[in-house]
Amino acid sequence: MAKIQTLKQGDGSPNKGRRDFIVVASYAMAGIGLASVAWPLIDQMNPAADTLALASIEVDISKIEMGQSITVKWRGKPVFIRHRTETEITSAQSVQLSDLKDPQTDDERVTNPQFLVMLGVCTHLGCVPLGQKSGDVKGEYDGWFCPCHGSHYDSSGRIRKGPAPLNLEIPPYQFASDAVIKIG
Amino acid sequence: MKWCKAIIFSCALFASNAIAAGSGDVVLKQKDWSFNGPFGTLDKAAMQRGFQAYREICASCHSLNYIAFRNLSDLGYNDDEIKAFAAEYDVEDGPNDEGEMFIRPGIAADRFPSPYPNDAAARAGNNGAYPPDLSLITKARAKGPDYLYSLLTSYKDAPEDKDVPDGMYYNAAYPGYLIAMPQPIYGEDVTYADGAPTDVSAIASDLVYFLTWTAEPSLEKRKRTGVKVMIFLLIMVGMSYGAMKFIWADVKKA
Amino acid sequence: MSADKFSNPVVRWIDHRLPIFTFMDHELNEYPTPKNLNYFWNFGSLAGISLVIMIVTGIVLAMSYTPHVDYAFQSVERIMRDVNHGWLLRYIHMNGASFFFIVVFIHIFRGLYYGSYKAPRELLWILGVLILLLMMATAFMGYVLPWGQMSFWGATVITNLFSAIPLVGDSIVTLLWGGFSVDNPTLNRFFALHYLMPFLIVGVVILHLVALHRFGSNNPIGIDPSGPQDTVPFHPYYTIKDFFGLSIFLTLFAAAIFFFPNFMGHPDNYIPANPMQTPAHIVPEWYFLPFYAILRAVPDKLGGVVAMFGAIAVLFILPWLDRSPIRSGNFRPIFRIFFWVFVVDCIALGYLGGMPAEGIYVVLSRVATAWYFLHFLAILPLLSVIETPRPLPQSLSKSVLGGNAMAGVASAVKEKVR
Repeated sequence: MAKIQTLKQGDGSPNKGRRDFIVVASYAMAGIGLASVAWPLIDQMNPAADTLALASIEVDISKIEMGQSITVKWRGKPVFIRHRTETEITSAQSVQLSDLKDPQTDDERVTNPQFLVMLGVCTHLGCVPLGQKSGDVKGEYDGWFCPCHGSHYDSSGRIRKGPAPLNLEIPPYQFASDAVIKIG
Repeated sequence: MKWCKAIIFSCALFASNAIAAGSGDVVLKQKDWSFNGPFGTLDKAAMQRGFQAYREICASCHSLNYIAFRNLSDLGYNDDEIKAFAAEYDVEDGPNDEGEMFIRPGIAADRFPSPYPNDAAARAGNNGAYPPDLSLITKARAKGPDYLYSLLTSYKDAPEDKDVPDGMYYNAAYPGYLIAMPQPIYGEDVTYADGAPTDVSAIASDLVYFLTWTAEPSLEKRKRTGVKVMIFLLIMVGMSYGAMKFIWADVKKA
Repeated sequence: MSADKFSNPVVRWIDHRLPIFTFMDHELNEYPTPKNLNYFWNFGSLAGISLVIMIVTGIVLAMSYTPHVDYAFQSVERIMRDVNHGWLLRYIHMNGASFFFIVVFIHIFRGLYYGSYKAPRELLWILGVLILLLMMATAFMGYVLPWGQMSFWGATVITNLFSAIPLVGDSIVTLLWGGFSVDNPTLNRFFALHYLMPFLIVGVVILHLVALHRFGSNNPIGIDPSGPQDTVPFHPYYTIKDFFGLSIFLTLFAAAIFFFPNFMGHPDNYIPANPMQTPAHIVPEWYFLPFYAILRAVPDKLGGVVAMFGAIAVLFILPWLDRSPIRSGNFRPIFRIFFWVFVVDCIALGYLGGMPAEGIYVVLSRVATAWYFLHFLAILPLLSVIETPRPLPQSLSKSVLGGNAMAGVASAVKEKVR
């Protein structure tokens, strides 16, 4: 509305084209300026450098005895690392894919079958399942059991029974050496 | 009455300072630092040397609380070098599953551990004088880089008429001339891998580069961004001036 | 005011139910503004934009700041080092305070020179002084938040001002502190109030604008526009002019942020607060220096505090101290001289506020303080009686067109209108 009026006033001027151009261009500059200032204001909410520095951690797994598990904190969540027994490995590998709610072979879930590394967060509503300590309830499939709503996970961390829709998530990790894994 | 005291105290300090400034003539040595001016940059080689000098000379008393090992990538170190630096330090972590604090080697995300467990211990270990944290030192002093350089290079024998008490040292660049820190650099205190000179002023200068960076790791980025922003804004000034002239052209005729 | 002035049907539909477009059209497009405003009239909109800049950067900084004595300094350094673009946001906020005051001070002196406080704009002026007071409180509390040495000792000295109040002074100070010295409760509440007060300022700014739009802007000639030939619609004439002024302002602001970000700060504020040791130099932020000089000029504790607050209080009653019917200083030859003496006096007070309170500085502070009050309480009332103003032009247009007897004015105005 306002702009229309401006343009009308300029009708008689021989410089109309130049004038319209520079006025529009000035407002465009202001727009570009505002947009580029907006980015820092938004980006400051992204994780800061000190948070990102802890986004990947290294864990020494050489001290985990066979049949034991440890829990480490990674990005504010528990990561389960289990040194599995031969029995557990065999039972995890022998499961038929057709029996699984979220079909995945054990091989797809581990880099080294001896060590299972996964996020200890139930895929149902985010509780931390039991099964890390020797005295814990391990559920019907000798893996992990989420007490919140009764999800049973097997020795590969796959969902077997209960409301959880997916297997326990595997975080990105790699073996930095035989004794050290780097998560994240 | 506290208020009165505060005012009187500050006035007294103003006065003492003015006297020091009036009679003392603490003249700082001015150097042409590479980070001066709108296009200034930090000298990575000098910063690496300064980092070495900090570790070998200053770190036994002065902490560097706001710098993490990961920040050293700004100095041009790669991840493995940074990991190696960090691992040289012991860091207290915990509590572990038994509820005990434990010592582990540092990782890149850790900040430089302080040489003293707390401020009181730092004071006690230095005749009651607190060795300040160096992270912000060049911003926490007026004309910081020049001040630091002058301070490190101005230890001298006291003039005849100046009484230097025990535990104090004469420094021509320190306000009041008496400083509790003994001369830290004598020359050839460090051996640089790149073979750069190691006289007092060279080491002092390297430290200034390093500590200017620790005070404001974003310095280079700030200046680079600034140049771009200024160019943008100057164009905006020109265009908005043109637009204003065009819009107001009608009014002149009226 | 009918809705059919808008061609867009959506706009029309909305405006019929919620007349925001009519309102905007009325306040921007139709709002008649004297056409002879000079660049000093840019500072009102600049102040508004400064306020917005401060609020926006302040809100994002608050997302990473921790108001606790053990973490405040550290959290500010984390903003400077680790938070994405944190250094930029913090430097904008830090220098923004200084630039906000520069703009507001120029805005105030413009009002003083051109008599913008005179009838019918007394309330407009009073609301403005109220904004200044709120700004000072906000700036003071904001300076405490980084919890450096200057933050701590500034907070200690300024809160102790209230102990000068007879009988209840000490109780008030304890109340302000939430303890027996400036400590964690103080920092916590200062953060809460520092976050709140800018929104109070926004409220008063809205009232300031409502009062402004009642009679429209004053102008360099100081006479009311006599008709449409004397005015132009605010948009696009003054929007583009404000935009040009803003571009210049931002250029200077950016130069400070990117090249001298700590020039207007104090190095001691990069030392964490230490309640056991006062820094050698304690000075308030530069924008408080004139008031600090007045405080120190009076050798009595209560007297100093009264004088300092009086220096602002006197601005509230200014419309009734200067009774001259002529608004613009351009037509008041004697007032004009005293105005510039007053400007020099204020600058001198600012300088003296930063100098040690001893020797010649004390004497000069007292002279400058006395002159400050003399200007408002004696010179202005007296001038309104004895001064013979120069003849005023018939209308704004006439003076704009120039070429008549008003040569002096015309030349002064010409630069503004061209």
